[in-house]
Amino acid sequence: MSKSTPWQALWRLPLLVLALVASLGLAQVALAQADPDREAATAVPALDADAWRQIKSGETGPNYRDSRFDSDYNLINASGETWRQLRERWVSPFGVIAVVGMIVVIALFYLVVGRKKLDEPRTGRKLLRWSLVVRSLHWTVASLFILLALTGLNLAYGKAVFRPIFGDGFWAAMMSGTKLIHNYLGPLFGILLVILLLRLLAHNIPRKHDLDWFAKGGGLVGKEHPDAGFANAGEKVWYWLLATAGIAVIVSGLVLDFPNYGQARDTMQWANIIHAVGAFGLTAVALGHIYIGTLGTEGSFEGMATGYVDETWAKEHHNLWYEEVKDQAIPEEQLTAGRAHPQGDEPAPRSG
Amino acid sequence: MATMKFMCDAERCIECNGCVTACKNANEVEWGVQRRRVVTLNDGEPSEVSISVACMHCDDAPCIAVCPTETLFQRDDGIVLHDKDLCIGCGYCLYACPFGAPQFPKQNAFGERGKMDKCTFCAGGPAETKEEEYQKYGANRIAEGKLPLCAEMCSTKALLAGDAQEVADIFRQRVVQRGHKDGGWSGNPRADADSLAYDATQQG
Repeated sequence: MSKSTPWQALWRLPLLVLALVASLGLAQVALAQADPDREAATAVPALDADAWRQIKSGETGPNYRDSRFDSDYNLINASGETWRQLRERWVSPFGVIAVVGMIVVIALFYLVVGRKKLDEPRTGRKLLRWSLVVRSLHWTVASLFILLALTGLNLAYGKAVFRPIFGDGFWAAMMSGTKLIHNYLGPLFGILLVILLLRLLAHNIPRKHDLDWFAKGGGLVGKEHPDAGFANAGEKVWYWLLATAGIAVIVSGLVLDFPNYGQARDTMQWANIIHAVGAFGLTAVALGHIYIGTLGTEGSFEGMATGYVDETWAKEHHNLWYEEVKDQAIPEEQLTAGRAHPQGDEPAPRSG
Repeated sequence: MATMKFMCDAERCIECNGCVTACKNANEVEWGVQRRRVVTLNDGEPSEVSISVACMHCDDAPCIAVCPTETLFQRDDGIVLHDKDLCIGCGYCLYACPFGAPQFPKQNAFGERGKMDKCTFCAGGPAETKEEEYQKYGANRIAEGKLPLCAEMCSTKALLAGDAQEVADIFRQRVVQRGHKDGGWSGNPRADADSLAYDATQQG
């Protein structure tokens, strides 16, 4: 054996390897044929009912992949159907009931009870109630509120009303305008409302006499006016509705308005529900606020229009505030004279 | 009238993304928008399974129900299309869609999303001219008597498109064959456990 060269040994090596591989392969085939269980175990398992249930619930495991770039979507957006049902079955009908219901209630109230007139004649002496800053803020916020309410209602219900009336061309322009107004003026409304709320906070701290105001239904129960400071309990309710529901509407609106921060679909679904419920509710209450501030109560509107209210109005509607400021009353003539000559000798007192 | 449907056979999909590419090419879809996506569950595990998803052209489509501008509508053959002239980019269809089909080219502040885009079942959309239709919505293969390109090009025929009844028939036959004694699954004990396959083989 020592005579054989290393080359002779070497050519046997591939043959050996070949024989090994062949025998391995044959054994493998025999194994597979003999063992169907093994074949099944290595096969792709079927998607069973449990897997589909998990998919339908919107769950995703750690090894979930989506070929779409930058996608955070699951396979089935399960919360989408929840959102749709909430919106179509509850929120949309609620909005109609709240807003239309309020209009009907106000109309009935006006027909049955009528306008709240001043009990006593006017004294002609005026009290400063709303400063120029507050009035400007109020009317800006009010105009924006009305614009946002109208555009919001159009987004919610417009398709049932306007498309059949105006036809596609006008409808398209109307809706894109609606969305632009709503999305661009919304944040401005939010900022101004917060400023207005901060400015009026001191007047709207709840007091003990507010409970009595509620008990007397704001004066509807019994003949006399219940006690009220600068703001009566009803106004405070409106204030705190805006400070709570209003803020919720603003925050949820910002969530919807700025998708550039990449918030998830689910977040926006909830934001949309909160936004719609809050906004429909506030729109309904705002109708009440508008009624009371204009048609409903004699002497109220001039306060927010000119800044001044009549002494009689103050005494009847805000008796506690009147007691505080009654010595600051100025005759009407002086006010109109002051307006005619801006360089009047006395600068108008500021409050509110 | 036929009712058009997609169906993706998850047992066949090999996650090649050919459907995604075919769609993108057939419809010249805007940059950043991908009308079809392939989802893989349990990636890298023995139970890995993939499925191709796009608009499924729902019968009771949530997007149509929630759209405030009636951008979305359903044709008589069940295909859900969108009118880009009406879309204001509010995103409601995206919140509601079960399959994540509606997409927007942008995602900017003040809800500036641009016009929604989604799978049209290769049926184009409302437009004055053919050129405008192609530019806005992509190919209208249905008008040419062809099926959506994603399904036509699917290498394993996992993705099926067409009349719901025919798609269902093809799939039903596949289910039958999958558990069949003569099939590739010879001796597979799970064939008996699968009730659909079991019944089918009993009926011959």
